[in-house]
Amino acid sequence: MAYSDKVIDHYENPRNVGAFEPDAADVGTGMVGAPACGDVMRLQIRVNSEGVIEDAKFKTYGCGSAIASSSLVTEWVRGRTLDEALAIRNTQIAEELALPPVKIHCSILAEDAIKAAVADFRSRRATRGAAGDGLQLAAQPVCTSNPN
Amino acid sequence: MSDLQRVSPGLRPRGANPANPVYLDHAATTPVDPRVVRRMLPYLTEIYGNPASRSHAYGWVAEEAVELAREQVSSLVNADPREIVWTSGATESNNLALKGAAHFHRAKGNHLVTLASEHKSVLDTMRELEREGFEVTVLPVQESGLVDLAVFEAALKPGTVMASVMFVNNETGVIQDIAAIGALCRTRGILLHVDAAQAAGKVPIDLATLPVDLMSFSAHKIYGPKGVGALYVGRRPRVRIASQMHGGGHERGMRSGTLPTHQIVGMGEAFWLARENMASDNARIRGLRDRLWSGLQKIDAVMLNGDAERRAPHYLNASFNYVEGESLLMGIKEVAVSSGSACTSASLEPSYVLRAMGRNDELAHSSIRFSIGRFTTADEIDFTIDLITRVVSRLRTMSPLWDMVQAGVDLQTIQWAEH
Repeated sequence: MAYSDKVIDHYENPRNVGAFEPDAADVGTGMVGAPACGDVMRLQIRVNSEGVIEDAKFKTYGCGSAIASSSLVTEWVRGRTLDEALAIRNTQIAEELALPPVKIHCSILAEDAIKAAVADFRSRRATRGAAGDGLQLAAQPVCTSNPN
Repeated sequence: MSDLQRVSPGLRPRGANPANPVYLDHAATTPVDPRVVRRMLPYLTEIYGNPASRSHAYGWVAEEAVELAREQVSSLVNADPREIVWTSGATESNNLALKGAAHFHRAKGNHLVTLASEHKSVLDTMRELEREGFEVTVLPVQESGLVDLAVFEAALKPGTVMASVMFVNNETGVIQDIAAIGALCRTRGILLHVDAAQAAGKVPIDLATLPVDLMSFSAHKIYGPKGVGALYVGRRPRVRIASQMHGGGHERGMRSGTLPTHQIVGMGEAFWLARENMASDNARIRGLRDRLWSGLQKIDAVMLNGDAERRAPHYLNASFNYVEGESLLMGIKEVAVSSGSACTSASLEPSYVLRAMGRNDELAHSSIRFSIGRFTTADEIDFTIDLITRVVSRLRTMSPLWDMVQAGVDLQTIQWAEH
């Protein structure tokens, strides 16, 4: 399988691998995907008091394109407000990484991860530190292949 | 220093060349043995006659070579040369055996039996026969990859014409109990077809004693050229099949088409070399395979796929949990292997063979098949162990699943997103 140079770069030099303390008040955690589909992305954002994403971390179980998509996303969300982050579209991710058609779903999952992380941050702010395990699993369908 | 730098001080060891990786994908195909190439070459430019040309020496000499090759192939499996039919490969042999026997014996019955772990060339052909109106039963296999003989027996009924069970599985190397399966079929007058593409030259096959009616062979899995194979069609008792390739009546009317002399000579020589070298090759390969497994076992959360005992020595199929197969392959470009991950198959589905064995999707996704060959060295094995160990470690530091497992979370209890 031929990967674009950018995908290879993100795979060999992933940006922002790691984790934040999931219970921290300024952290939002989005976990999307499922092991059965071969893709699980965990994206965490640290948001400052102005609603700007200061820092982001990711961990991904998935193919090179999935790793690259999520790594790229941690770069793109930094410095953006939550709403600006939500405006990131999978098509932009796919174009930047030159993903082939069969890998577009990786970029969709990365977009979903952003939404999940933002949603988690906002909901936890709303409940003001209510106990949570930091795992906010998105409810949207992810496996687009025929589950035969 | 970041975690990543700590675990992967140098992902590309000095001297390794991704353009020419260590080859551990012999189950996919093998290089043609130089001795086979030497035998084949004269048949391209000097002895180029059509073996069916009865009227001149060019034809006679070519025909002689074809018949010698036929003897070489039959002697590896202790069959009569007249029982060997040349084809373009094991896929064609499987098609010829299944369609040929099913069509010929249609009046006798309509029911066919096979296993869920068979090669696609068997399963897809069975599907096609189903479309033609045959009834097909696809039996499950156990976690070991072996079919339960009681389950197999229970599937046979009065209208059953044929069963197809492969000898050595191409993904796991698991060896089915062909003798027992054949005995069950023989007593009921049911034909048994065995796909031996991965078996010939790797495990002993004795068709004088095995109750098998049809057997498929491939040249390119055993250091012969691609594009040629054979089908064993038993004579005692005589097996009848309907030809699928018409035009000229070659191969006793079973498979028409001008015989590719150079290819056939190659296959003959490859089978002959296999016969000469199988015992010594296997001993060496078993040692290398065991060395590989003992090295890989040191990695956490690694599982072997397929029966530990009933397995051809060349194969090692392992799952590296919490790491996805394609991302693992990306990191080990200096080693050529194949994966049961959906991402690496055209259909985005994980290995159906591993799933048939009851492996869940994650383990199928993170599986790697290593297949060792005649020319593999201990250095290559050690290099592979080292590389896999480092890449798995690196990918696990990037894996949220590994994180969760380390934190004591039971992944089975997580409600993942619906799909």
